[in-house]
Amino acid sequence: MVGILDYGVGNLFSLASSFRCIGQEAFVSADPRRLEQADRLVLPGVGAFQDAAAKLRASGLDGFLCRQAAQGKPLLGICLGMQLLFQESLEYGCHQGLGLLSGRVVAMEGRLPPGLKIPHMGWNRLEVSRGRLLEGLDGAYVYFVHSYFAQGCDDALAAVADYGIPITAAVEKDHIFGCQFHPEKSGTVGLTILEHFCGI
Amino acid sequence: MITKRIIPCLDVRNGRVVKGTNFQGLRDVASPVELGKFYSDNGADELVFYDITASAEGRRLFTDVLREVASTIFIPLTVGGGINTLEDFDRVLKCGADKVSVNSGAIQDPGLVAAAARVYGDQCVVLSADVKRVRGQFRVFAKGGREDTGMEAIGWIRRCVDSGAGEVVLNSIDTDGVKGGFDLEMLAAVCEAVDVPVIASGGAGCEEDFIKLFRTLPKVDAGLAASIFHFGQVRIPHLKATLARNNILVRL
Repeated sequence: MVGILDYGVGNLFSLASSFRCIGQEAFVSADPRRLEQADRLVLPGVGAFQDAAAKLRASGLDGFLCRQAAQGKPLLGICLGMQLLFQESLEYGCHQGLGLLSGRVVAMEGRLPPGLKIPHMGWNRLEVSRGRLLEGLDGAYVYFVHSYFAQGCDDALAAVADYGIPITAAVEKDHIFGCQFHPEKSGTVGLTILEHFCGI
Repeated sequence: MITKRIIPCLDVRNGRVVKGTNFQGLRDVASPVELGKFYSDNGADELVFYDITASAEGRRLFTDVLREVASTIFIPLTVGGGINTLEDFDRVLKCGADKVSVNSGAIQDPGLVAAAARVYGDQCVVLSADVKRVRGQFRVFAKGGREDTGMEAIGWIRRCVDSGAGEVVLNSIDTDGVKGGFDLEMLAAVCEAVDVPVIASGGAGCEEDFIKLFRTLPKVDAGLAASIFHFGQVRIPHLKATLARNNILVRL
């Protein structure tokens, strides 16, 4: 059973539906006691890092996530949820993340070659280097929407996408996983990725 | 790199697709869920659902349909039609829309785009502009293209983008329905003025029109059409294969 964390950020309808579509029970909850029952957890998120990190802290789910991760429960962060796994973000100042992965989140602005639009929005190709989550999906297209990206996550880096520079697309370390793109919006490729996560 | 996107647009009235027709292997071509699924399985990169209902009952049906679409189709969904307030944004986003397209609502309430962008983020707000030439000037039209607002279009689009619109759908009334190709002149003017994604709409009649669009205007991100896809004059998998052969990057 998949527990999707609801901490007031983003629309979780498609995410919950996509797990159901692959035959996995999924529920959305903000209650740690209920989420604790799940075999695996998903941390979604859209919007600003600072707001999301603050909401996560205010709900007490930050400590819960860190304890669950320490116990070895599989965790998948999606989009901003992936960025929150890192130590810090430089989006509008410096903000602390969960620190489950080393690395930091930086702006695309000023780091891309000229002529490329921000946000990085649309379908881009995965260049998969390692890991279980994206096994067999090198070269597949997935859907991105973001203006910030993770850097310095070398030992956890699992895939990049080319947007003038290599953009961190997925990370994986032991049972901690992250996708910068939206598997729940990436068609059959995305559903395959969620199946992989449920098989871990 | 990011691919060019091909986007079918489904007009929905009273819970049914208007003008949907002629599909082999589809039981019910007027079902937004079935037609949307068909497109999603056949290479569409995104879907636009446009609610052209006027009644409250029709609106309720539309949100029911949307919820069903979003629980069976896992590609980006943009929803438009009757979006006039933040409550309208909230209503369709809760049903699974990823982006919300505003048209007349942005004309009636100049603060709507900025307010929505603040709450939901720029990437969520799509400006849909109906534009027509009037005495040599590009003008914004309201009410489904029936009413000349008198506003110059390019400046208005730029102001909406400055307020937070994260994407622009440019629908040329001059080329719409003519099937003689997209309005490249009008699109070039918009691409020049804004640096958010621009989606070309109105005028596509054949595959060649899409090749010409992306070749002539590399800054255009996507091509949107309705009837040529619904009537099967252009099949999306074939179109994308043709684009790929012409060195235009698409998701195959």
